[in-house]
Amino acid sequence: MDNKDIAQAIREAASRLLAEGAVDCVIGYEAGTLPMRERPFFAYTPEEAQRLTWTGFCCNNLANFLVRRPQGEAGKVAVVAQGCVSRSIVGLIKEHQITREQVHVIGVASPGMLDRDKVQALVGPEKVITAVSEEGEDLLVEGPGWQERLPRKKVMRDNCYTCVQRNPVIHDDMIGEESEPTHGGQIDKVAAPWEKLDTAGRLAAFAENYQDCIRCYACRDACPLCYCHVCFVDESQPQWCGKTQDGSDVLTYHLLRAFHCAGRCTDCGACESACPQGIKVRRLTSKIEKDVRELYGYAPGLDEKSVPPLSAHKPDDPQGFIK
Amino acid sequence: MSDKILNKDQAASFLAELGRERDLFAPAVSQGKVVWAPLEPGQEPLWRFSNTALSPKEFFFPQTECLMRFKNRQDGEEGMIMHPEPELARERALVNMRPCDAKAFGVLDLIFCQDQMTDDPYWRDKREKSLIVALACNDPCPTCFCTSMNCGPHAEAGADVLLVDLGERLLAKGVSDKGREAIAALPEADEADLAAAEGAKQKAEAAITTQVAMDNIGGREVMELYEAKHWDRVHESCLNCGTCTFFCPTCHCFDIQDETQGEQGRRVRNWDYCMSWLFTQHGSGHNPRGAKKDRVRQRFMHKFSYIPLKRGGEIGCVGCGRCVQQCPVNIDVREVVRDMNA
Ligand code: SF4
Ligand code: SF4
Ligand code: SF4
Ligand code: SF4
Ligand code: SF4
Repeated sequence: MDNKDIAQAIREAASRLLAEGAVDCVIGYEAGTLPMRERPFFAYTPEEAQRLTWTGFCCNNLANFLVRRPQGEAGKVAVVAQGCVSRSIVGLIKEHQITREQVHVIGVASPGMLDRDKVQALVGPEKVITAVSEEGEDLLVEGPGWQERLPRKKVMRDNCYTCVQRNPVIHDDMIGEESEPTHGGQIDKVAAPWEKLDTAGRLAAFAENYQDCIRCYACRDACPLCYCHVCFVDESQPQWCGKTQDGSDVLTYHLLRAFHCAGRCTDCGACESACPQGIKVRRLTSKIEKDVRELYGYAPGLDEKSVPPLSAHKPDDPQGFIK
Repeated sequence: MSDKILNKDQAASFLAELGRERDLFAPAVSQGKVVWAPLEPGQEPLWRFSNTALSPKEFFFPQTECLMRFKNRQDGEEGMIMHPEPELARERALVNMRPCDAKAFGVLDLIFCQDQMTDDPYWRDKREKSLIVALACNDPCPTCFCTSMNCGPHAEAGADVLLVDLGERLLAKGVSDKGREAIAALPEADEADLAAAEGAKQKAEAAITTQVAMDNIGGREVMELYEAKHWDRVHESCLNCGTCTFFCPTCHCFDIQDETQGEQGRRVRNWDYCMSWLFTQHGSGHNPRGAKKDRVRQRFMHKFSYIPLKRGGEIGCVGCGRCVQQCPVNIDVREVVRDMNA
């Protein structure tokens, strides 16, 4: 099935669920106002469901909206979920933020989502892109008076390239067939680019990576894990974290947020896709993800049963990092 | 005549002359992005670019700005006495600012410096010490909608000098006294140059493809707009991050905090944003904009209803399109204004 068929099947599933009254709302993606800007869309009627779409630029993690819905809208919702999103949903269920019964998962195998910044960089930062379409393994990029064909593989998001499970791990409807679970990238080769550096080198690499951070918190707000009613950076009594652009405040924000994601981050890449400054936010979380996997043999969201390592204590838990 | 001509091959020396008394800044390409950067004397600025990713707001209203310093002690003569930070040491020139950004700071003047009681010395100091040499746009982006927002690709408001790119030459229009003085030594433009600049202006205005009407908004009761149905949908996908406000040249919310370390203390002002719940949280625990919908509505009502009402019809948006480009969930201000105006 190509994207058009998948989009059509999503629309059909959504219309049916809404018409039957099985769900109050279907959260999916619709075309945005700019190329490569597919955006979250909430469909409440079968007619609205006709606006749903599916392309390689569906980069938001829609599980995020399951825990941020206004109060009083606690009814059942359906959500379009590729592999990582389904894993985030499993995580939210395990963390008792939602129940399995509240959510109807419309599963879609992810073809690997695409990075609009990479597309822009490849055609040239000065060029205005007016249309982008996918043709099999190619991306056709168009602007005023020019056209360029890019291989999909070259513009895939970093996290999609190394994804460990592209198929939905839970679903109530499955759109299309399952695909190969991985894209072939080796997560451990790229997960921790700073690992080999000494402490001073890591600090320098950190400062370089985050130098353009404006602390807009889009990375936090796009992440389905960051559902705390009061984030530690917003706490004012006591105030844990300074509000300035000084390096130490920026560092505190990113380090603490990354640690809060330990054993929970599904490497969905929503944080990086949201960042307006193109910052490689996953350079911290992917290292922690790797540590959790190596130390506890645990990868978040893959199944509904296993207990997250940071929620449980075992006498034989590794303790080597306590110094 | 205040219209002059500057040959591009002499621009570097003209700017070096401006730079004798001033620090120079201009847009430049850095790591695939267009950013504001210092312009070295003798260096030629970038003539072709759409606009900088972030707005130049930082020059007048830094994201983090120390306002005062104090000694963190209850006793002693100096204890808790506030000392203002020094003013800007040197004048500066901001070269090739886009007309929308120049206009934005004119709008912000009306907010930071309203009257005797509301007159922000930090803003005023930086504004008075800056010469804005704007560069008219000949190739607007698909996200630009300045012509709908009291502005335009060749608009002059807020600039001291407006440059119009004519190819080999630039037409330099003196807009303010300060600007006319800066270009006084340049040769006069002739009729053909003026005609070419006028042609470029018309072409650029015609290239702006999005028109956003605001004609109904002003005539509506504020409460009618406030209670309109469409707000129930606009906010649904909003993440309440600070992206749109931080990229916006006219957003200007801030938070002031005292920071102390041992005996050192400073009072520092940081950008804040109406999209954050914390921004309006009262000490009592009450939050007048407690729900996401309230916060999203505030951003748009402020720009398109409250500012026009309070500031003689000026709009709190200049149509630069940055929020459209950067919003992680593509909430497009043009669609929201259409809904408000419908
Ligand atoms: S989204 Fe990017 S710029 Fe914003 S806080 Fe996160 S890393 Fe910083
Ligand atoms: S930290 Fe980033 S990659 Fe990890 S779950 Fe959150 S948004 Fe996804
Ligand atoms: S409109 Fe977009 S950029 Fe602004 S707060 Fe909402 S999600 Fe963030
Ligand atoms: S609201 Fe958006 S388009 Fe308007 S001035 Fe701000 S960033 Fe630019
Ligand atoms: S909004 Fe208008 S002034 Fe600003 S960059 Fe676009 S065309 Fe130029």
